[in-house]
Amino acid sequence: MKCSEFLHELTNYLDGVIDETTKVELENHLSWCHNCYVVCDTTKKKIEIYRDSQLYELPEDLRTRLRSAIMTK
Amino acid sequence: METIQNKVEGPVTDELTLVRAAKQGDDSAFEELVRRYDRNVFRIAQHITQNREDAEDVVQEAFLKAYGNLQKFQEQSKFYTWLVRIAVNEALMKLRRKKPERTVSLDEDIKTEDDSLPREIADWSPNPEQQYTQAEMREILSKTIQGLPPGFRTVFVLRDVEGLSTEETAAALELSVPAVKSRLLRARLQLRERLGRYFQKRESGDGNQ
Repeated sequence: MKCSEFLHELTNYLDGVIDETTKVELENHLSWCHNCYVVCDTTKKKIEIYRDSQLYELPEDLRTRLRSAIMTK
Repeated sequence: METIQNKVEGPVTDELTLVRAAKQGDDSAFEELVRRYDRNVFRIAQHITQNREDAEDVVQEAFLKAYGNLQKFQEQSKFYTWLVRIAVNEALMKLRRKKPERTVSLDEDIKTEDDSLPREIADWSPNPEQQYTQAEMREILSKTIQGLPPGFRTVFVLRDVEGLSTEETAAALELSVPAVKSRLLRARLQLRERLGRYFQKRESGDGNQ
């Protein structure tokens, strides 16, 4: 498997939606290709960082405005 | 390497019960739906519009539209997916109004295959997020995602931040599943590369690498 083929499957791999044979091939590639390992590992880390971040709290006055707008409809 | 698990949302049946009650005119049921999803809609809107005031407008308009069109909701998808579609459309409309010189659409920014290939391979430090304060992290994450074209960041936010499935994202954005997958891959790789500038291992030594 070439690096470009690995990258092509990266998203499916991270999401766990690939068949067993492809998974074995990908993991085999990962075991010897340090670059792809790093890309895969840091991509996963990045997704987790974004997912865990509470970037934006909803302002309470927006909630109040929204509620009264719905009530007047 | 473990795969990434999607966030589990509230039980679907419960959502449907609320939707049906709201359709019958039970406003408190609709309010409960608002409470359940307003933060998610706000986050999506902020990521797409990159502007707090616009995002507040989008939240308001999206929920009002959902409320006004509730009878048209066919219950073939989750209510949340339907709501996200409305919110994304509102947010993209805001962007279009702001950038009339350029049409903003989800179909733009198709690049050649090579664009998504990583150029920067350097590894990150073990716990990159601990190098920064929470406020700095917020700034970094928001700045990084801002650099992505709208079509990429919308897919990334729905799939990876909000945890929608590929199929739900495709339905919400009216894109094909392969289109979602290809955008997601590019968005993930581009973001990884951009974040790497902040999170890379600090090499000691000659400093040129």
